[in-house]
Amino acid sequence: MVELTKENFEAEVLKAEGLVMVDFWSQKCEPCKALMPSIHELAEKYSDKAKFCSLDTTGNKRLAISQKVLGLPTIAFYKNGEKIAELVKDFTIEDVEAKLNELA
Amino acid sequence: MSEIYDLIIVGGGPAGLSAGVYGSRSRLKTAILQKGKPGGQAATTQDLENYPGFSRGTTGPALMEAMADHAQSFGTEIIREEVVDLELDGEVKVLNGKSGKEYLAKTVILAPGAEPRSLNIKGERALRGKGVSYCATCDADFFEELDVVVVGNGDAAVEEAMYLTKFAETVTIIVIHDEGVLDCNKASAELAFANPKIKWIWNSVLTEIKGDGLVESVMIKNIKTGEITEMETNGVFFFVGTVPKTEILKGKVELNEQGYIITNELMETSVPGVYAAGDARMKYLRQVITAASDGAIAAVAAEKYLAEEEGFKERVLTSQEPVLVAFWAPQVEASIEAVSLLEKKVAEAEGKVKLVKIDTYRNQRVAKRYGITEIPSVVVFKQGEAMGKFIGPLNEKDLMDKINSL
Ligand SMILES: Cc1cc2nc3c(=O)[nH]c(=O)nc-3n(C[C@H](O)[C@H](O)[C@H](O)COP(=O)(O)OP(=O)(O)OC[C@H]3O[C@@H](n4cnc5c(N)ncnc54)[C@H](O)[C@@H]3O)c2cc1C
Repeated sequence: MVELTKENFEAEVLKAEGLVMVDFWSQKCEPCKALMPSIHELAEKYSDKAKFCSLDTTGNKRLAISQKVLGLPTIAFYKNGEKIAELVKDFTIEDVEAKLNELA
Repeated sequence: MSEIYDLIIVGGGPAGLSAGVYGSRSRLKTAILQKGKPGGQAATTQDLENYPGFSRGTTGPALMEAMADHAQSFGTEIIREEVVDLELDGEVKVLNGKSGKEYLAKTVILAPGAEPRSLNIKGERALRGKGVSYCATCDADFFEELDVVVVGNGDAAVEEAMYLTKFAETVTIIVIHDEGVLDCNKASAELAFANPKIKWIWNSVLTEIKGDGLVESVMIKNIKTGEITEMETNGVFFFVGTVPKTEILKGKVELNEQGYIITNELMETSVPGVYAAGDARMKYLRQVITAASDGAIAAVAAEKYLAEEEGFKERVLTSQEPVLVAFWAPQVEASIEAVSLLEKKVAEAEGKVKLVKIDTYRNQRVAKRYGITEIPSVVVFKQGEAMGKFIGPLNEKDLMDKINSL
């Protein structure tokens, strides 16, 4: 998983080719932390289908808001720099996997 | 076959965790099935100031972590699992997890708690996580230097609004009542009125949330004048009560019209061996302390149930000799007479038959199971089967005939 920051977001996500998944999370977000191990498993399993990134929104609040993320957990999918799908709040790891299969 | 737990608790909020403390401390093999991290709603509030012994400065997440550690220290297993289906009627209860695993238990405590109510206002669903939130702890820090609106005026609404002022520039509380009237406790109301970052809009309700991808404004209706005004804001926090998470329990245990589980004082549900505790229960006060109290009562009641059921099984159902089970009650004179007659007859039978007395005043469950409507009554068991029943005052001859026929 690629750790995103203000500095590398553009290069790693917006200028990237193909499918990119971004996991928006923070230390304070319990559901985010609960999902994390399974997200890492998905990243392994689908490593040839998509690029997997995570963004800690603490300290990157403006960047999150610029991506229209204002609540956690949020998982966004980008293709060729454009946001094409998003899962917000009450979703399960099964939903994430289904979305990956649909988009990959 | 999977192992059978003495007690499985569904839900690891304060109700489930305290049931875990009591259950495992009584040496019951106890597990809590909890979707995600334990703590429940109580772990979503920073300021938790009314749990006795833990004053100002106590946070919900810290108190809940302490409760979880406490339960585990006595041996409670906390298993990350969402229960999706239950089979509660048998002697062994079956719980199905979302992972596909099956869990077996002799007793079950249902403590699934509650979740925030949504008002289903236009825009509310679409903008969830886009400025619409039900959890200040989770989302507050996004709103640094921004403006937010809070809907509701009970304890949770006013206390969470106060927490939000640590981040947001302004917090506007929309109140349906007349100016100065709040549903929350007086201490919180006074603090909120004194907080310069909190603004108030009285006699009003929210009718719509607008925004393209993120919340941009809300429509507020004055219920006295009918006038609707638009107000710009970046976030909307709803604290308008909760609804019980009992969808999966429909048709399994008795629920009231709003979906709350109906129990008696012992936390017994409509199904033997199944108890309920906490916010999901029909009750007067939904707080951490009452959830913890329910959990304690439910676990002790479950423990007593297990002891009674196991005692009955050992003394009656698996007995080598035939057993006469006498249902009596200390306040029913005729039943005391019947018992002494039985004691005499059983002694005369010299070990061919045993007598077990059940005080129906203390144990109504077994009496109910065998359809005992009158005291005294006697049920005759042979190899675990009920072979005959004598209702009401004993006829010595009938009883002797039965004993001799065994
Ligand atoms: C914002 C807010 C502020 C509050 N402030 C206070 C306060 O200051 N003081 C106070 O005393 N109370 C406060 N409360 C109320 C208090 O949090 C609740 O009364 C208490 O948490 C209820 O406990 P519970 O164990 O019954 O349920 P919950 O806390 O709701 O916990 C239930 C748990 O069960 C889990 N669960 C549900 N269904 C399943 C399933 N099918 N499978 C597995 N797990 C499941 C849930 O994930 C949850 O973790 C507040 C509540 C809120 C929302």
